[in-house]
Amino acid sequence: MKAAVIVFPGSNRERDAVAALEAASGTKPYLVWHRDTELPKVDLILVPGGFSYGDYLRSGAMAAHSPIMREVKARADQGVRVLGVCNGFQIITEAGLLPGALMRNAALKFVCRTVHLRVENTDSPFTAKYRKGQIVRYPVAHGDGNYWTDEETVKRLDGEGQVAFRYVSDDGRDDPLWNPNGSVTNIAGIFNAKRTVLGLMPHPEDAVSAFHGNTDGKPMFDGLVEALS
Amino acid sequence: MTTAQQPEVSLEMAREFGLSEGEYNSALEILGRLPTYTELGIISVMWSEHCSYKSSKKWLMTLPTTGPQVICGPGENAGVVDAGDGDAIIFKMESHNHPSYIEPYQGAATGVGGILRDVFTMGARPIANMNALRFGSPDHPKTRHLVSGVVAGIGGYGNCVGVPTVGGETNFHPAYNGNILVNAMTVGVAKADRIFYSAAAGVGNPVVYVGSKTGRDGIHGATMASAEFTEDSEEKRPTVQVGDPFTEKLLIEACLELMETDAIVAIQDMGAAGLTSSSVEMAGKGGLGIELVLDDVPMREEGMTPYEIMLSESQERMLIILKPGREEVARAIFEKWELDFAVIGHLTDNGKLVIKMHGQTWCDMPIAPVSNASPLYDRPWEPTPPAAELEESVRALPGDKTLGEILEKIVSCPDQASKRWIWEQYDSLVNGDTRFMSGQADAGVVRLPGQTKGIAITTDCTPRYCLADPVRGGAQAVAEAFRNLSAVGALPLAVTDNMNFGNPEKPRIMGQFVGAIQGMADACRALDFPVVSGNVSLYNETNGEAILPTPAIGAVGLLPDAMMAVGIAFRNEGDTILLIGETKGHLGQSLYLREILGREEGPPPPVDLAVERRNGDFVRGIIREGLVVSSHDIQDGGLLVTVAEMAMAGGIGANLSGLDGADAGVLFGEDQGRYVLAVRPENAAAVQDKAKAAGVPVTVLGKTNGTALTSRGPESITIDRLKKANEAWLPSYMAAAE
Repeated sequence: MKAAVIVFPGSNRERDAVAALEAASGTKPYLVWHRDTELPKVDLILVPGGFSYGDYLRSGAMAAHSPIMREVKARADQGVRVLGVCNGFQIITEAGLLPGALMRNAALKFVCRTVHLRVENTDSPFTAKYRKGQIVRYPVAHGDGNYWTDEETVKRLDGEGQVAFRYVSDDGRDDPLWNPNGSVTNIAGIFNAKRTVLGLMPHPEDAVSAFHGNTDGKPMFDGLVEALS
Repeated sequence: MTTAQQPEVSLEMAREFGLSEGEYNSALEILGRLPTYTELGIISVMWSEHCSYKSSKKWLMTLPTTGPQVICGPGENAGVVDAGDGDAIIFKMESHNHPSYIEPYQGAATGVGGILRDVFTMGARPIANMNALRFGSPDHPKTRHLVSGVVAGIGGYGNCVGVPTVGGETNFHPAYNGNILVNAMTVGVAKADRIFYSAAAGVGNPVVYVGSKTGRDGIHGATMASAEFTEDSEEKRPTVQVGDPFTEKLLIEACLELMETDAIVAIQDMGAAGLTSSSVEMAGKGGLGIELVLDDVPMREEGMTPYEIMLSESQERMLIILKPGREEVARAIFEKWELDFAVIGHLTDNGKLVIKMHGQTWCDMPIAPVSNASPLYDRPWEPTPPAAELEESVRALPGDKTLGEILEKIVSCPDQASKRWIWEQYDSLVNGDTRFMSGQADAGVVRLPGQTKGIAITTDCTPRYCLADPVRGGAQAVAEAFRNLSAVGALPLAVTDNMNFGNPEKPRIMGQFVGAIQGMADACRALDFPVVSGNVSLYNETNGEAILPTPAIGAVGLLPDAMMAVGIAFRNEGDTILLIGETKGHLGQSLYLREILGREEGPPPPVDLAVERRNGDFVRGIIREGLVVSSHDIQDGGLLVTVAEMAMAGGIGANLSGLDGADAGVLFGEDQGRYVLAVRPENAAAVQDKAKAAGVPVTVLGKTNGTALTSRGPESITIDRLKKANEAWLPSYMAAAE
């Protein structure tokens, strides 16, 4: 699998993403600068976490209009897999690759902790290595992770299997107590309709080794390598 | 030279700028004439306490600063130590107390920004942040607002620049009601043969300004930091700078990229006193002069005067001396990162600071007297009288409280309650190199990028000890840092000190400073733990009320493999729990005494430095042999609180048969030099034998077991109950604001 990681000047989890991709695939991903207008031929595009252009406006709003995002959208339309993590989720959502919006956390504070997630749909290269309903632990680290869309869209997302992950308790309850940011119906990550694009707030790339004390993120990268190699 | 358009200088103006009459007169003497308005502004900030260390220098010089591990000690932007294999660790802790009280979010945020720049300006990529915070009483009407703003500011800055915040400490005490302390520490890694220094060299070499534009923010910030607060201090809000972490991130990447070329002669950030201190210090260290043309300084607003430009403390700016002809290489890098880049002057051989603007000369004065001949005071000081020992009967447990109630009260008091509400607002994981963060181990542990080697980091100080006995308190702060690093298995390398005290012109306060330095110096010597960088913050008083003496110690240690590090959490049922070190039952200045008996009395616990070293070396050694599952040093709250924290962190209880019949001194005394370890039962005998061979006292406390702490008869205290008490205080306190 060949992958490209998009680097904005304020990206700060690109190193984590590169390490996770390299460990899983054995190949160093391309690093593509935000002002570039072309992408190499790749199987996966990862838009990493961070603060793109500072995010003093709505997170990801400016980055969505950067030169490289036109090319990312074109590739996504051709079916190239796109993974947006944290700020990357905000950016690809602002760019229109996913429905909805990410707002300020309900508690109005940045939150960094390890949360439990329920895998809602395993019919994608991102989640194929998990069991449906499996409870996994990923860390979150964000200030604007409050996913919102209207009730009708939530219904449609659920109906069409576009909800990838939900925040839950360690035994799988999805009541608001376990929701770190106020997201509608505890949504932590969503697919596009074809399930070729995934955006999520939590960080699978920071949970891939014994060093992290958590390997629950590893199956996501292993699954992508298996499907795209 | 013309002085047109500048206000007339007078003694009265000098006083307003914070200079004494004597200092003003020596300025006249050095110049042989009346200074210009711009010159007076420059001299006043250079001679401010904040920039000149005029009250503290005499005593700081007595600290040990050398050792085989030291690459660069105090005097540069940060300290540098050898981490082996050609790696260097660069670190420093610095205060931003006054600004954080006036405007907590920006004050704390720019504190983080400033300390990051001190570290990356020397060529290091920052790999971890820490902070030490002291707030007033929780009952004080301002405390909530200050906690909320400071924590959000530290997070807002550190999270955006992508440096994990891996630990820290937070205390509350009424003595900080009008003067909170915000001490921020950054640790970075560089190649030992690629360290960048600030001494300018090469007459004619270009002086380059990079980073953000200069505005009118923060003018005279250094002077504000050198005065006591009064009720109208909030009018000084315009002297607090505004931070832009995104620009800082760009500045880090651009500077590190430039440092990979050979274009740089010297580099320094523009911190306190901005362009003034950076240009004067760089030229002064190189024994050269510097000429600046301020028309070329990138400016955010129009009509700024030379005085304002020289004294602005706008953030995210650096001054660089380039090799001749490398301007375009450097310019291309800064343009890629969309940062301002301007050649604003050159080095000269006349030893003078010359400032030109609009075709006029605004400053023309010799640098050496300003940077070297700043005043140095030997302030009168009084030693702190020793506190009376407590009566022996204080060791009896009170009859009206169960052990469970006592423990619950201590683990939920503001100083001891979980600070999760704070640390969850900090990104502790970015870069994927964090092994241990707050709440998991006695020190934060990160691995060096691309390597297995680990760096352990801690910040420590027990101000209530320092107030009762500054000498003992100073030694204890250093010893605790040594212990916290040893408790994770790291070899302590060196110390950065952040000395926070009241008004040094009062002999009692100066005595606290002198005492703390003496204790620190003794401990640093005995533990081979030199001081390589530091910062002094004096005049932490409001309306004449001083803070507790707070010599905050930041320290780093080295682990050959970060995976060797051991955390505090109990991990298995049936592990043997061992107490390392001798317990005498010292209750003076203990949390037990304060929280349960309502007394802040007695001397703090004595520190036996030879024992600290012996016990620390022993614990580190057996951790590295892989014999230790969990490890926690004994500090605030004493033995039972330490075991409770290990149980809460792991969700596993303990049967403490070894504590049957113990009194309050044994259970809650704060004797130094002690650790609680959990080891696999099959290794317990070997560890005890090794301890005996090393002459280290070792006692079996019991076994990890179940979901409660059990000891002394039938009483059992569930982990769940303790955890609720420990976790509840801070979130419910903060929520009460709404």
